[in-house]
Amino acid sequence: MTPTSDLIFRTLGDPTRRALFERLCRDGEQTVGALTARAGVSQPAVSKHLGVLKAAGLVLGRHEGRETHYSAQPGSLAPLTGWTREMESVWEARFDDLEDLLKRMDQ
Amino acid sequence: MSDDLRTVTIEREFAHPAERLWRALTQPRLIAEWLMKNDFAPVVGHRFNLTGDWGGVLDCEVLSIDPGRALSYRWDYVHDDPAFDLRSVVSFALTPTPGGTLLRMEQMGFRPEQKQASGGATYGWRQNFDKLEQLLERGDKA
Repeated sequence: MTPTSDLIFRTLGDPTRRALFERLCRDGEQTVGALTARAGVSQPAVSKHLGVLKAAGLVLGRHEGRETHYSAQPGSLAPLTGWTREMESVWEARFDDLEDLLKRMDQ
Repeated sequence: MSDDLRTVTIEREFAHPAERLWRALTQPRLIAEWLMKNDFAPVVGHRFNLTGDWGGVLDCEVLSIDPGRALSYRWDYVHDDPAFDLRSVVSFALTPTPGGTLLRMEQMGFRPEQKQASGGATYGWRQNFDKLEQLLERGDKA
């Protein structure tokens, strides 16, 4: 396991944090207040969990006035989807470059 | 999971003759343009390096050559951190088609990594994460 995936596993190992992350994935950007209303824990606790999610690169916070809006980061789970898929996309990109080269060789 | 052999297969049809594709796969100057800097030579047993833009160096050795049709080489990345250490073989096969050439690339890798204690639990996690990632991708488009 890479250090990154290790961090993601540890971060999402906490059920409250996982629930917060799932809600942001499902329902899109939300304020701490809106998340607290359904989290079943206090606002400071929610803020703390969001801080941990943010440190792991799973969510992003955007300040607007006095509120912070949190959203899930697309692609942040990529390190977990496995070597095979990662390598496939690497090779697809190489084949794109190969295609460009073949066109140039034609000239 | 500890001795997991994995294969990555990519196929693409190129609208170019096999001869041109073969040159792109076997001439160092051309290989550098789409893959990595290298000191490749089309000789079985030839040892060479592929040097990535990120500074990593792959240890390679030509294993087989069938001119114009197939090529395979060892593709190893030696790293102290088992998460990055990789032993693999990359094979290319060229098949002429009515519109050009079908190129099939297969990378078969032995990755010693996978040090997680509970493979089953991790598998469950992975399924969850796959689902979450699909959610994220859908959310991205919405």
